[in-house]
Amino acid sequence: MLKYTLKRLLMMIPVLLGVSFVVFLLMYISPGDPAKMILGEMAEKGEIEALRETLGLNAGFWERYFNYMKDILLYGDLGISYVTREPVISEVMERFPVTLRLASSGVLVSLCIGVPCGIIAATKQYSVFDHVATLLSLLGNAMPAFWMGILLILIFSVHLGWLPSSGYTSIEYMILPALTLGTSSAAVIMRMTRSSMLEVIHQDYIRTARSKGQKESIVIYFHALKNALIPVITAVGLQFGMLLGGSILTETIFSIPGIGKLMVDSIKTRNYPIVQGGVLILAVVFSFINLGVDLLYAFVDPRIKSQYKGAKKSSEVKEEDAENGEEGED
Amino acid sequence: MEKILDIENLNVEFKSDRGIVKAVNNVSFQLNKGETIGLVGETGAGKTTTALSIMNLVPGPHGKIKSGEIKFEGEDLLKKNEKEMRKIRGGKISMIFQDPMTSLNPVVTVGDQIAEVIKLHSEKKSRSEIKTKAKQMLELVGIPSSRYDDYPHQFSGGMKQRVVIAIALACNPELLIADEPTTALDVTIQAQVLELMAKLKKELKTSMILITHDLGVVAGECDHVAIMYAGEIVEYGNLKDIYKETKHPYTIGLFRSIPNIDKKDDRLVPIPGLMPDPANLPEGCYFAPRCSMKMPECEKNHPQPVEITPGHYCRCLKVQKEAEKNE
Amino acid sequence: MDEKNMQINQEIEDISMYKKQSQFIQAWHRIRKNKVAILGMLILIVLILGAVFADQLAPYGYDDQDVMRRFTFPCREFPFGTDNLGRCIYSRILYGARVSLLIGFVATGMGAVGGTILGALAGYYGNKADNAIMRFCDIIQAIPSLLLAIAVAAALGSGLFNMMLAISIAAIPRYARTVRASILTVKDQEFIEAAHAIGASDARIIMKHIFPNCLAPIIVQVTLGVAGSIINAASLSFIGLGVQAPMAEWGSMLSAGRQYIRDYWFVVMIPGLAIMTTILSLNLFGDGLRDALDPKLK
Repeated sequence: MLKYTLKRLLMMIPVLLGVSFVVFLLMYISPGDPAKMILGEMAEKGEIEALRETLGLNAGFWERYFNYMKDILLYGDLGISYVTREPVISEVMERFPVTLRLASSGVLVSLCIGVPCGIIAATKQYSVFDHVATLLSLLGNAMPAFWMGILLILIFSVHLGWLPSSGYTSIEYMILPALTLGTSSAAVIMRMTRSSMLEVIHQDYIRTARSKGQKESIVIYFHALKNALIPVITAVGLQFGMLLGGSILTETIFSIPGIGKLMVDSIKTRNYPIVQGGVLILAVVFSFINLGVDLLYAFVDPRIKSQYKGAKKSSEVKEEDAENGEEGED
Repeated sequence: MEKILDIENLNVEFKSDRGIVKAVNNVSFQLNKGETIGLVGETGAGKTTTALSIMNLVPGPHGKIKSGEIKFEGEDLLKKNEKEMRKIRGGKISMIFQDPMTSLNPVVTVGDQIAEVIKLHSEKKSRSEIKTKAKQMLELVGIPSSRYDDYPHQFSGGMKQRVVIAIALACNPELLIADEPTTALDVTIQAQVLELMAKLKKELKTSMILITHDLGVVAGECDHVAIMYAGEIVEYGNLKDIYKETKHPYTIGLFRSIPNIDKKDDRLVPIPGLMPDPANLPEGCYFAPRCSMKMPECEKNHPQPVEITPGHYCRCLKVQKEAEKNE
Repeated sequence: MDEKNMQINQEIEDISMYKKQSQFIQAWHRIRKNKVAILGMLILIVLILGAVFADQLAPYGYDDQDVMRRFTFPCREFPFGTDNLGRCIYSRILYGARVSLLIGFVATGMGAVGGTILGALAGYYGNKADNAIMRFCDIIQAIPSLLLAIAVAAALGSGLFNMMLAISIAAIPRYARTVRASILTVKDQEFIEAAHAIGASDARIIMKHIFPNCLAPIIVQVTLGVAGSIINAASLSFIGLGVQAPMAEWGSMLSAGRQYIRDYWFVVMIPGLAIMTTILSLNLFGDGLRDALDPKLK
């Protein structure tokens, strides 16, 4: 398992390098002169030139890229915000926990709604519940996160006055945002769970479990579910990425001080370093989450686990089978 | 001889887009304790459905047992509720399915899968006792008990089938239904598995229903044979009746279409045509469209099973006629 | 003997008649049975017609302001009411449909074409090309699509074309992988070898033999991809990176109307409903299409 983890980490490196390159490229082609942005329109030409030298803006493309990477890898320096003159990295990381919390609660919501509904829809296929759930999931899928948020605000804040519509002081404030984020994700998870369960339920080994005289509840919630959830795990990982992107909008609507809101505000003020820095950090987080999901997948599915535990086990198998006069399986 | 299983006029139907599919039609047979009956027929003849009916595992909601009686140890299984059936499944009657590759849960260890059935049918045993028994079963089927914690994908097809056999026999059932247990395996492995089953059957005194399309396997293992066609039993008897005094044209056709080391034929003679569509069964005898011996009334009258010699039944109007002539 | 021959000939003819129905005609028959998918398709057609004939259908231009009549509730004259600048929301929805659908189809189209070419090259030539192209896809997919669109749009500046470009880039990897997978399944089959042997050029082989195989999955991806692109476009406009005022776009209409939600809910709700209806119909139709083109997946 360790070997597999290291291997995957190693594979992540070129990808992350590529991402940083893309981000840098985008920064490079952004309109506007960074030095002017930092010093302001009224600054003197001499000052601007001096700053350009200091920032290394007059060097060629590759030299600048090299410096950029050097700054990131050695000093964790993602540049300076045009607006506050503070390091990008500190601004972004300050808000990171908030976004993480929001995205996590979104995932939690989507799992808590999506998985049970998917299971019930599958076990009671074609029932009223199934049709209603499928319809709701189609609707949920069709609603862009920002509209869901606005709708929820309209209902729960404006008309019912139950929940606050902005701010970030206590758990109350997290409910609507988490629901907003989680709903469209829940729709996807529900459909995935449903189709996965449907496929598993018709497998032979479920029939074997029943023929042992096993209770139906155990057949479904242990034998079937354990197999059905495996592809759902991968889906959740992808969803997390979508949620990281979606949190941008949700934070804007609910005025939650996370990376997303920071980025949106920075777009309006043309504060590109923040935007690109934010993208880079979120992309890195997303990659790690995907890695985590893959490892979890390998952990949960013994077939994948053996593949990565290495040749040891399968050669043992071959030996034994040779003794018994049979051909082993790879 | 004590009767352990008595099936009478079993009818099973499936609802499909094409209409009602009559999978099992008035099937009746009996099984004596300790004996093996072979259920022989082509794919689609209704053998598996018959077997599933005994365990009441016919896949619903589209599949339904329409009528009939399945008496096991004197009691009609079809009248039992789900809770009672669960006690019977795996404990008194167990089943080995056709494809070992897909019959085991991939994310549960083989040991635990055997232990599961033991746990379901023994109220008092402790965890360690159950595990010990499961390991014993592994050894019994020829798998080292050290492999208790291995997963199904770590075994070959033949070994997987052994695990399935271990699960089926773990609780010492009275009746074992084996649905084409060796069809998915290589010929050499086939021999091993059959040998194992015969040995265990003898030791544990299990009665068995062996479903197969292989007449060679039947000859080696069974006491009685029932030949199924289009959901009906068309011929029934002991080994001598079926192999030496074959009567039904379909059975005769089956024998002619397999190679015989004693005969010097140039060509095998297949049975022309295909089995009728179970959603659209013909009037009269179901085999008539393909039968080389058919008479005009065969297409109008549906033949009933007739006892030709004691214990040897046949569903054929021509055979019936000839038997009456000889009396 | 003759009779038997005739019978056999008839059977052969029957079979080949059945085979002549191409994959797509069969799929069309299947989808006709799926009422929900047909509903989606009809709604889509209505929306497309609305967008195309916006000039004729809209009672007002999308920027006809009448500040005296701002915030009128939906009534006969203004079926969807007016916004904060007195513009007719109904008209703006129609023009907005144009923008959204245009972006949706064009961005997806660009992504699909780009992705198809890359996927084809990767699948067909394999080895180094495959590796390089797959790494490229990995990189693009490592950035959540909305984020990528934002980053690209931020760098290029706002505007319709830049937005389409940004969205299409994020879409490329999905098509590349789908096409590559289709090609890999077909590539090693023997009829390709045969085609090579009789001297067919690579391009011809790709066009004639491999491409038809990939069409079905691409079509399904495109239908569902258009929905995603429309959402991304609306999201971009919502945060101010998309089309600029006064052009009508559903996302920016939502963003502008947010502050009036308490008193004038229709300014926000109507564009939202428009987006939802469009996406829903695309999803219904796309699902139906997928079920029709590959019934096994059901």
